[in-house]
Amino acid sequence: MLPWFMVTLVGQDQAGIVAQVTNLLYQNGCHLGEASMLRLGGNFTIMMMVGGMDSTEVLMQILRPIAQKLHLHLHVDKIEGQLHQHQLPDVRVTVYGADRVGIVAQVTSALAAAGLNILDLESDVGGINEAPFYVMHIEGIATQGWSALETALQTILREQPDLEVQLAPIEMVVM
Amino acid sequence: MARLTLLTYPDPRLKQVAEPVSQFDAQLQLLVADLEETMRASPGGVGIAATQVGHLQRVVIVDVSSKPKISHHGRLILINPEILDWEGFEIGREGCMSVPDYTGNVVRATHLQLVAQDEQGKEHKYTMEGYEARAVQHELDHLDGILFIDRLVSRRRDLFQRKSYKKTNSS
Repeated sequence: MLPWFMVTLVGQDQAGIVAQVTNLLYQNGCHLGEASMLRLGGNFTIMMMVGGMDSTEVLMQILRPIAQKLHLHLHVDKIEGQLHQHQLPDVRVTVYGADRVGIVAQVTSALAAAGLNILDLESDVGGINEAPFYVMHIEGIATQGWSALETALQTILREQPDLEVQLAPIEMVVM
Repeated sequence: MARLTLLTYPDPRLKQVAEPVSQFDAQLQLLVADLEETMRASPGGVGIAATQVGHLQRVVIVDVSSKPKISHHGRLILINPEILDWEGFEIGREGCMSVPDYTGNVVRATHLQLVAQDEQGKEHKYTMEGYEARAVQHELDHLDGILFIDRLVSRRRDLFQRKSYKKTNSS
């Protein structure tokens, strides 16, 4: 079985990046796995699993021309990963407050110490230039149980009174 | 009784609309028994629709009684179910035996009024909420060929927080 590669493409956002990149891969016989593609700070970012080729060099050869044309930074790594390795999050943390340094570090350090395994984190800065606010959503697994996270949350709220932090279980309904 | 084979997406039968049940006979009782055995054989499974085993009749079983600390009606056999009224909405995470290895966030009503027949054809009305209401909506969707992946919402713009622990006034 051919290996998977993690392809990273980042550059100034413009219309058509996804279509052009994926079409080129498709025309060359590559297939795609899981991917995250989103705009961050005016840049468009792609991280995606690409399969169907046998070496990093071949994939780089395919992608280099389009990366140059679209002014995208390109990075390709052979990875050990496979599809169907999903883990189910059981907790969601939402944090927001007036933007300042250290929000992510302080919150995630306390949560990590209480056993949170982060599966997904996304954050955004909103507001106006003079008064930005920071918003962060985390989904993860409470590896040391729910009450450890509750205790950590209370500590965060006490030590970082400028932040609004919510902890909520993700209840899975399987049918 | 027999454990039936679950269809998994992309089987096209999961997208078909099921027919109402008109005969409340031994064949229906057998289908209900087999469905229940199939549901209970799946870890964590709290509901099943006949569509999921390729039987296109409006038959659903829901039993969320294994979940602690929630209100529920126990084992529910819902034949020809119809939602009479609903209110409230909430995002929750769903998975489906027919959509393996994938979960997603779906908006559902928090409160439901439902009418359905039992295996004998007798009509019952139910008022339900929360987890059980979510399970019932998921199963009723199956009868109309709708999967939870037809109803996914963006987590990135999740405005509907579930019950959560909010900060009390800090000093």
